[in-house]
Amino acid sequence: MFGKLTLSAIPFDQPIIMGTLLVVMLGGASVFGYVTWQRKWAYLWSEWFTTVDHKKIGVMYIIMALVMLLRGFADAIMMRTQQAMASADAAGYLPPHHYDQIFTAHGDIMIFFMAMPFITGLMNLVVPLQIGARDVAYPFLNSLSFWLTAGGVVLIMASLFIGDFAATGWLAYPPLSELKFSPGVGVDYYIWSLQLSGLGTTLSGINFIVTILKMRAPGMTLMKMPVFTWTALVTNILIVAAFPVLTVALALLGADRYLGMHFFTNDAGGNAMMYVNLIWIWGHPEVYILILPCFGAYSEIIATFSGKPLFGYKSMVYATAAIGVLSFLVWLHHFFTMGSGASVNAFFGIMTMIISVPTGVKLFNWLFTMFRGRVRFTVPVLWTIGFMVTFVIGGVTGVLMAVPGADFVLHNSLFLIAHFHNTIIGGVVFGCLAAMNYWFPKAFGFKLAERWGKASFWCWLVGFYVAFMPLYILGLKGMTRRMNHYANPDWQPYLIVALIGAVIILFGIFFTVLQLYVSVRDRVTLRDPSGDPWGGRTLEWSTSSPAPFYNFAVLPQVRELDQFWTDKQDGVAYMRPNRYEDIHMPRNTGVGVFMGLFGVVLGFALVWHIWWMAALGLAGMVGSFLVRVYDRDTDYWVPAAEVERIERARLMRMQKVGMVGVATPANDEQQAA
Amino acid sequence: MFLFLAGCSTEVLDPKGDIGAQEKSLILIALGLMAIVAVPVIAMTLWFAWRYRAGNKKARYAPDWSHSTAIEVVVWSVPAVIIAILATITWHTTHTLDPYRPLASRAKPVTIEAVALDWKWLFIYPEQGIATVNQIAFPTDVPVNFHITSDSVMNAFFIPQLGSQIYAMAGMETQLHLIAREPGTYAGLSSNYSGAGFSDMHFQAIATSQQGFDAWVAKVKAAPATLDRAAYDALARPSEKNPVAYYGHVPAGLFAGIVEKYMGGPHAGDHASMAALPSNHMHAKAAE
Repeated sequence: MFGKLTLSAIPFDQPIIMGTLLVVMLGGASVFGYVTWQRKWAYLWSEWFTTVDHKKIGVMYIIMALVMLLRGFADAIMMRTQQAMASADAAGYLPPHHYDQIFTAHGDIMIFFMAMPFITGLMNLVVPLQIGARDVAYPFLNSLSFWLTAGGVVLIMASLFIGDFAATGWLAYPPLSELKFSPGVGVDYYIWSLQLSGLGTTLSGINFIVTILKMRAPGMTLMKMPVFTWTALVTNILIVAAFPVLTVALALLGADRYLGMHFFTNDAGGNAMMYVNLIWIWGHPEVYILILPCFGAYSEIIATFSGKPLFGYKSMVYATAAIGVLSFLVWLHHFFTMGSGASVNAFFGIMTMIISVPTGVKLFNWLFTMFRGRVRFTVPVLWTIGFMVTFVIGGVTGVLMAVPGADFVLHNSLFLIAHFHNTIIGGVVFGCLAAMNYWFPKAFGFKLAERWGKASFWCWLVGFYVAFMPLYILGLKGMTRRMNHYANPDWQPYLIVALIGAVIILFGIFFTVLQLYVSVRDRVTLRDPSGDPWGGRTLEWSTSSPAPFYNFAVLPQVRELDQFWTDKQDGVAYMRPNRYEDIHMPRNTGVGVFMGLFGVVLGFALVWHIWWMAALGLAGMVGSFLVRVYDRDTDYWVPAAEVERIERARLMRMQKVGMVGVATPANDEQQAA
Repeated sequence: MFLFLAGCSTEVLDPKGDIGAQEKSLILIALGLMAIVAVPVIAMTLWFAWRYRAGNKKARYAPDWSHSTAIEVVVWSVPAVIIAILATITWHTTHTLDPYRPLASRAKPVTIEAVALDWKWLFIYPEQGIATVNQIAFPTDVPVNFHITSDSVMNAFFIPQLGSQIYAMAGMETQLHLIAREPGTYAGLSSNYSGAGFSDMHFQAIATSQQGFDAWVAKVKAAPATLDRAAYDALARPSEKNPVAYYGHVPAGLFAGIVEKYMGGPHAGDHASMAALPSNHMHAKAAE
């Protein structure tokens, strides 16, 4: 009846997990109770869960990412504590069975369920506004993508409490991940949570490519597109090219585990090296999928807060495209030590270091954007400068490891761990938090409190260096990754310092949460009545904060790269049109929620071999989709009078606070003079 | 960065053999080359940010300046030149440091066959007819030719102070050539996570004089245990924290048998003929 699932799957004997379960249940119950008490279920359902508005979907992605950041970080600090304790073959407090799941979950959660939702959320929030569109190309598909990703989150979180998660490392290399060596359900949770969210990611990639290519405002040619949108375009092309490879690799691994195939087994002609190649053909583009939108965000931020156009826009675009192409030609550098011939290794090493040229050009472009500017040290700028310094170090160690002869002694060591955290924290996490601070007013209509944002930045920056510089040294001291305990007592002092660094980062995360709380509390004083709180340059700042659900009452005409900036200079930024027109909008739908829900049922049933439930889940997904297919009532018109009423109210608000012109460095100086 | 690294004793930057020494100098040369760009970028980031801070009204403000062909040429070409130099070095060193490349030496190399098991290392000395668990010895100034495989999941064979690591994979043989120049006992480990007992999968690598090596071989030979089929099967079962063990006698062909046993299946004949090829042509075909 319930396949492999019995009550013994719940780890009652594990105090850490049961404690976590208790906290999660209490937290869940209090949220549930609060929402019920406030009678907000109908509001949440109709305004958020069923929404097809890209801005709200973006916000939901980012909230999910922040929640998963907490989970992923809890894993991280547990690992750091274990390694700080388990010296001279002391056992520490985490047995290998538990510890091995934690480092696997940490990697998977941070990449698939923290970083990916964060950048997808940012692209959702920003891209349609930047290109002057009213929504994405396929609004329902967008909702579906989100709920499939959320389904993946539910599955990976369920693995903590029911059964266990993979203990294989975050990429689940076979043969270790094959049934023979991992007979439990951990790898199955891994496969199905990644398949669900991966499907969501692929669909979202298609959606954004079409949106960017087909829905730009009149006059916005490709070379007049804001840089963030450019990076989003390249990232989504990479997603559509790379994620199917992940899907296939996991499907083949699934076929080995479920159908007794031998794609990657040791015996019967299987070849694990094929999996390693496939997973990195996805995996290397994946890191650029994460970093490119962050590069885009830094570009927007540094231009806005320097009060200058981005230096070398064309260079930036070509560099982004070059990185996109090259990212598919470097995957083998993840396994130089697999025994390929010298010429093959050298080719992939050299291709890898070539990527550092366009990446270096980007850094110079950001530098020269500050040059002769008026740099305002707001929270997003602090993150950007912190990134520029930190990322250079990560880039240097990355190019070092691209030299096969150097990689032969650095591979799989803590040097590698330090390197990719150097680029992913210093690049992606800093970028996401910079972007969150920068675009938050556009989503909610008020700014984030500066003070706690700055506190968070300094804790993250200092914490990063304290946590990861010792790991570089440990790598050079011959310490390899994923060790539960170690014999060499020389390593312990460095690992204690690294733990202190992780605690400092913990404060950084705490201050981000505090910043959100304080900002919501003080939202009246932090309000952004103009819609343009920073002196922005691109179209998203021309509309109100928060943006109306239709984004733009009248679609903007684009003639320049920084059209909104030019409009402000020419004094035509807030011109009222002669007349408003009816606006065509998509209707909300709950189908995405149901498909995500049935996806969870399907995935859970497959994990536990509950075949009737799997059939139910699949039928539910297909059935919900058919309901949607035959739904003819999927759109509506907003009457021109309604649009006029909303727009008039906004202009009134702006005039009331005397804010039709806004703070730019140029204005500051005029006022000073 | 150099000062920072010089401040602490690190195994990888304190090599005891030729391969490790070349890899150390390669690391330092590559870091030095990249510092030509990296140091100015970091310095300019901090300098520009401070110099052009909004509060500094003395600094020039050029609100529309966003292009300079001269700067663009420099920022594309200087990194490109440095990468071209580094690429040349990479091409050369990847060939000279190829783990499969036999080391030139007048001394006759020692051959060691390494098998990764759950979770210990089995070492077979085919010429001496002996085997050990979690300990190897070899003379200094004599090349050591490692033939490496796994009878379980993927591992990696690594002695940080001697240089390169290489994966150990079932049904395949990888190779590694190392040489030690200073006597000592060096830490060896598996550097690729392989499951629950992975953290204890380390071994001792003893580099010693020729006399010391001969004495060590004699000591192993004197051990009563024989690594026959039954003993091997017992050893191959998962176990953790295995102590060092010696086998005074090993039947010939054990290593080849371990590699070949995974080559069954529908095309067993093809694979068997592959296995008969001289082993230095058998690069694991990761790139195909």
